[in-house]
Amino acid sequence: MTDTAIPNVVTQATEMKIEKPRTTSKRMRPSGGAVVMGLYLLFLMLPIYWLLNMSLKTNSEILGAFSLWPRNFTFENYATILTDPSWYMGYVNSLIYVVMNTTISLAVALPAAYAFSRYSFMGDKHLFFWLLTNRMAPPAVFALPFFQLYSSIGLFDTHIAVALAHCLFNVPLAVWILEGFMRGVPKEIDETAYIDGYSFPAFFVKIFTPLIASGIGVAAFFCFMFSWVELLLSRTLTSVDAKPIAATMTRTVGAAGVDWGVLAAAGVLTIVPGALVIYFVRNYIAKGFALGRV
Amino acid sequence: MNKTVNQKAWFLVLPVLILVAFSAVIPLMTVVNYSVQDTFGNNQFFWAGLDWFDDMLHSDRMWNALGRQLMFSCIILAIEVPLGIYVALHMPKKGFWSSFCLVLMSLPLLIPWNVVGTIWQIFGRVDIGLLGYALDALGVDYNYTQDTMDAWITVIVMDVWHWTSLVALLAYAGLRSIPDAYYQAAKIDQASRWAVFRYIELPKMAGVLMIAILLRFMDSFMIYTEPFVLTGGGPGNATTFLSIDLVKMALGQFDLGPAAAFSLMYFLTIMAISWVFYTVMTTIDKRDGK
Repeated sequence: MTDTAIPNVVTQATEMKIEKPRTTSKRMRPSGGAVVMGLYLLFLMLPIYWLLNMSLKTNSEILGAFSLWPRNFTFENYATILTDPSWYMGYVNSLIYVVMNTTISLAVALPAAYAFSRYSFMGDKHLFFWLLTNRMAPPAVFALPFFQLYSSIGLFDTHIAVALAHCLFNVPLAVWILEGFMRGVPKEIDETAYIDGYSFPAFFVKIFTPLIASGIGVAAFFCFMFSWVELLLSRTLTSVDAKPIAATMTRTVGAAGVDWGVLAAAGVLTIVPGALVIYFVRNYIAKGFALGRV
Repeated sequence: MNKTVNQKAWFLVLPVLILVAFSAVIPLMTVVNYSVQDTFGNNQFFWAGLDWFDDMLHSDRMWNALGRQLMFSCIILAIEVPLGIYVALHMPKKGFWSSFCLVLMSLPLLIPWNVVGTIWQIFGRVDIGLLGYALDALGVDYNYTQDTMDAWITVIVMDVWHWTSLVALLAYAGLRSIPDAYYQAAKIDQASRWAVFRYIELPKMAGVLMIAILLRFMDSFMIYTEPFVLTGGGPGNATTFLSIDLVKMALGQFDLGPAAAFSLMYFLTIMAISWVFYTVMTTIDKRDGK
């Protein structure tokens, strides 16, 4: 924010002049906007660049001389993570429960979202609202009861416990997003299919699913992301066998003498899954975060 | 869309109902249970009535945490919403640069929350971080682990960094839905840039902006991971927000009764705000005739 604060005045003044031929000359427009966007993107990228920079340095370089880019370029930190089970198992554990959670969430959310988008039934609005409150519920409220619940049924420190716990916010999220996409599909399609003699399951799998494929993709992406970024519940519900990467990272910080290079490398690796698919969902990011309401 | 009345639709909703009941209702009932009982250990509980609620309502600790929380939420809203709109107005409308901006802007949104904390923890350190080092070189006395003000600024800048893009992306989605005819009409009327913003863009964005504000309010209201990793709630209690305080109480000190009463009040507040959220969303849906 400090980066953009000063030039605002300058760009606004130039903006006025350039703004007028708005519809005709889109190519001209960026000159004012580009400065603002450039500064904003710089503000966003600098901390990420710094993390990347740190991950490619040796520890002696990090703590020794201050440099804007790695002088002794090294992949040592990444090698440490990818060869040490206590590190890479964190990623494996995270991936296991995230995939489980995404599968469960989508499987139960698909029929429910269809019901909400097509039918009205007793208590539908209340139920829909109740789902929202769970998406909004602070995980901190649920940390202790979850811990006791899953301990008492012997699921503590298992992947399925974290996957089920994350259903608390991911199932409502998936229902809301999918409902947002499904209501865009005209109801006539359903009716025509039933007249053509399709049964409900056949219609749903063969006709309806392909129509909302992008919606399913977006819902899956957001379930994946929200489960992937969550720390509090996954840390509370695991100790050794299912310990997620996020917990592995925070516990390293507490230790005396932090291995900054490895920590940075671990951070970079957690960004990779999101960065890989971001291009494909770029036009749906707003819709997904707004629970399918944009 | 006109919906058909069909009570059998309940069967389609049933799996969700069972799953969410398992993961939300049972734990919540445990909390209710604890909030009205007291224990001396050994699993012996006795009825405490509403004493815990009374205690918590008179506890400075909770009110202070709530005060800090509200201040934090208000500050980040006051920065992120105008900044997000401003950025959205300057985003390229189409083509390669539009995708480029979308991808880069979404990146902070998809970083795990603890890594967001780690990034800023490293970035702000005076010895190894770019920000801390630069400020130190400029002669600014900056240390986010010792100084309350610095800790607050760092937490706020971190949140602005993390979430402004969300407001910007939502505002951008709202802007793109404005037909060109509106701008042409404004041009014929020789409307000023400000008038275009005030009478065309802002009203058209109002719906999505409401969603953005509510989302940011809710999510900042239950923020835990980022400040926990960055400052650990310190220095002292300076950045101990509601969730951090609650986790300290429940899992750190194992004060079940007070923590449960705290949880319930926290949850009810969230429910009330969710209701506002829901009403706004359904009103927007109706207005847009979806």
